[in-house]
Amino acid sequence: MAREVPVARRIDQDVGRFRRIVRGQVRKNLRKYVTQGELLGRVGKGTVSIPLPEIRLPRFTFGDDRGSGVGMGEGGEGEPVPGQGGAGEAGEEAGEHVLEVEVSLPELAELLGEELRLPAIRPRGREAVLSDVRRYRSIRRTGPESLRHFRRTFRTALRRQIAEGTYEPDRPVVVPRREDRRYRSWRIAEVPQSNAAVIYMMDVSGSMGTEQKEIVRIEAFWIDTWLRSQYRNIEVRYIVHDAAAREVDRHSFFHLRESGGTKISSAYELCSRIVEERYSPMEWNVYPFHFSDGDNWSGGDTRTCMELLREKLLPRVNVFCYGQVKSAYGSGQFKVDLDDELGDDGRVLTSEIPDREGILPSIRTFLGTGR
Amino acid sequence: MTVALPADLRRIRDRIRAWAEEFGLDFPETFFEVLDHDALHEVAAYGGFPTRYPHWRFGMQYEQLRKTYAYGLQKIYELVINNDPCYAYLMRSNGTTDQKIVMAHVYGHADFFKNNLWFGPTHRKMIDQMANHGTRVRRYADRWGAEKVERFLDDALCLENLVDAHEPYRPGAARKGAPDGGADDLDEEERRIGEKVPRLRAGPEYMDRYLNPPEELERARRRMERDLETRRRFPAKPERDVLRFLMENAPLSSWQRDLLAIVRAEALYFAPQAMTKIMNEGWATYWHSTIMTERALSDDELLDYADAHSSTLASSPGRLNPYKLGLELWRDIADRWDRGRFGTEYSRCTDWTQRRSWDTRTGLGRAKIFEVRKAYNDVTFIDEFLTEDFVREKRLFVYGRNAEGAKVIESRDFAKVKETLLRDLTNFGNPVVEVLDANHRNRGELLLRHRWEGLDLRGDYARDTMEALHRIWRRPVHVATKVEGRGRILVFDGTRHSSEEARGEEGGEGSSVGAGDP
Repeated sequence: MAREVPVARRIDQDVGRFRRIVRGQVRKNLRKYVTQGELLGRVGKGTVSIPLPEIRLPRFTFGDDRGSGVGMGEGGEGEPVPGQGGAGEAGEEAGEHVLEVEVSLPELAELLGEELRLPAIRPRGREAVLSDVRRYRSIRRTGPESLRHFRRTFRTALRRQIAEGTYEPDRPVVVPRREDRRYRSWRIAEVPQSNAAVIYMMDVSGSMGTEQKEIVRIEAFWIDTWLRSQYRNIEVRYIVHDAAAREVDRHSFFHLRESGGTKISSAYELCSRIVEERYSPMEWNVYPFHFSDGDNWSGGDTRTCMELLREKLLPRVNVFCYGQVKSAYGSGQFKVDLDDELGDDGRVLTSEIPDREGILPSIRTFLGTGR
Repeated sequence: MTVALPADLRRIRDRIRAWAEEFGLDFPETFFEVLDHDALHEVAAYGGFPTRYPHWRFGMQYEQLRKTYAYGLQKIYELVINNDPCYAYLMRSNGTTDQKIVMAHVYGHADFFKNNLWFGPTHRKMIDQMANHGTRVRRYADRWGAEKVERFLDDALCLENLVDAHEPYRPGAARKGAPDGGADDLDEEERRIGEKVPRLRAGPEYMDRYLNPPEELERARRRMERDLETRRRFPAKPERDVLRFLMENAPLSSWQRDLLAIVRAEALYFAPQAMTKIMNEGWATYWHSTIMTERALSDDELLDYADAHSSTLASSPGRLNPYKLGLELWRDIADRWDRGRFGTEYSRCTDWTQRRSWDTRTGLGRAKIFEVRKAYNDVTFIDEFLTEDFVREKRLFVYGRNAEGAKVIESRDFAKVKETLLRDLTNFGNPVVEVLDANHRNRGELLLRHRWEGLDLRGDYARDTMEALHRIWRRPVHVATKVEGRGRILVFDGTRHSSEEARGEEGGEGSSVGAGDP
């Protein structure tokens, strides 16, 4: 019956049109008015700001910042206006206006999960390890000020004042005292703990340019955010390789630029050694991710890679993910070979990332299986 | 999408309405509808008119509302439409106390819409009108192609702020028509200026030099040339309503003309709301606070009310909150007229203690604010009722920016504060741009003038706007303005942008031709 079809809302059409313009699929000349094209804004302590795309049609205007205006509040002449962000904050330059929202990382993971319809991961391995989780469900008389329950405190104070006879209905001033304060409090619940090890591998040979690395950085960030929301305990390792592989810290991982040839097997070799030494599949959920532009030294090395995968890595991992970033020089052959050899194995997930727009679909491929 | 008001809210509404009437608020019938957040965001994205024409920017607004709501950054509190009957929307997830506040607030707005003079000419069946616009735009999209219509709408929207918001208030204003006589006549006249310069007839020839001194003849000739120049000019007087001018004079097909008319009508409909933002929000806040604290609030709602009310008034020092500023001004006016703190005697009094305790028990506060809400807009409101005492007590200041771009308190001087505030409110913070000559250089080119009042136009936006203008006018477009203190004319000839030194009267400010603002 026609009635069962949900009524399309009028706004959906306009939203769809807007999104297509932002993505540059239609009306490309409007794209220059999109105030951002970034998927990821600034990452702060535990929060990240996501710019919301906005198209501002041009018009005769003075620009956003007229340099002066009227404000309200304390402070002497010549003093800075209170309550501004720190100096040199992004967004100040050239009066550019980007609407940004700050969200915490767990919230972000939730949004990502919603956006990509990611299934919750069902962890493997031992669930015997129990860990404690705080749930705020009760009220106490002591606690940190950040947990003070405003309403309860006032109510207690009011009750006390009425009992003492100091409450004057004509002048209803309620002043809470120390003993009136009430705080939110938690109970400790035990939940099974599961561990995850994430190993990022990246090709840093000459053909991987700045943009390619930026794509890897953004994708790794989102993968990280998601996995952290799914596991209580997570360890992350970073491997870079050109013709040889080595383990590096997070910063070098994203900033290193090498040159020279590419031997992917070197990375897989190192990866399996790390997994073997530290992450027993009985205790750990293991996630290796490899990003390259698809060039490899030789067909012989690619065969070595397949062997390593089949014999050493795959038996120990939840999934093995290979993301191929498009570059001007990469042949893209490795993904073809990998799909041919191991495409039937459910644990091997590959995706192609032609540009930044490809990041979200790629994440969906990697994390959409719920493993 | 909407549901009838549930019984409990209906009871609350009846009581709030009775109190609002008791206080003397006067509003058209007001319908409340309860929506969930998604539906409310949809209505809000369309500026309150769910039947509006389709356009991507409404989709953009919806996305922003939806996301910022999901991230907990904002929540639409109330949404009220200036229409007769008045429509207002309530968010389903709001608690009872919030709904009471919103209803009281809405009756404040409804009263303001109905009684403030500046809303007088607005279309009171705008809901129908907007639906009508929607139908027309959809029909054009079907007939001429959605993308074509969208492109034209985008160009029209770039010019949305170039209307004359004061125009509806001078219904008698003479319409400026085309000059009589075609351009050819003027050419003829120009040729004959030499012959037509008036001379006194001299008897003997030697007297001619004395009766008609050459300097005088030259002056007369120049006067006639100038006069001719003005007559050659079209429009004869600078035209503030650029959209209407284009609608009537640009080479457009009828559907394009109609789209311009739609964009213009909607811009004019929303203009009074921008013109009275501080007054209107302040008024509604004044009344929700009065109705709640004096009538509607039950004991157990006090904290929720205080919480909601204070978040409405929250302001960061670097940004003025119109709710807060408006409310404080209304309270100040009520207080001054209650205690007789106005008039010559009071203003002559310089003794601080005496001023502070001044109270002649005039009790005119309420009457005064009802009178003020009738006849003022934000500019005249601030001009008249922002007092030195107010600026000092409410800690207003003017800020500027230091070398690092941080805001710095520059001055707490009353005159400076008032001047800056008025500057930012004039023309809603938009530059004044008018059509100076639609037959510029006698080649049908469009010359606009930006009336420079201290701030330069943003260059990249100005250039892109000129491209939109060119797509509508189809001839080169010139904009006379000032850039870094010097008169410049920006030119877009259809392919490239250039800019030249301004000469004579085109040069921005201080020009005499029709510069007088009504």
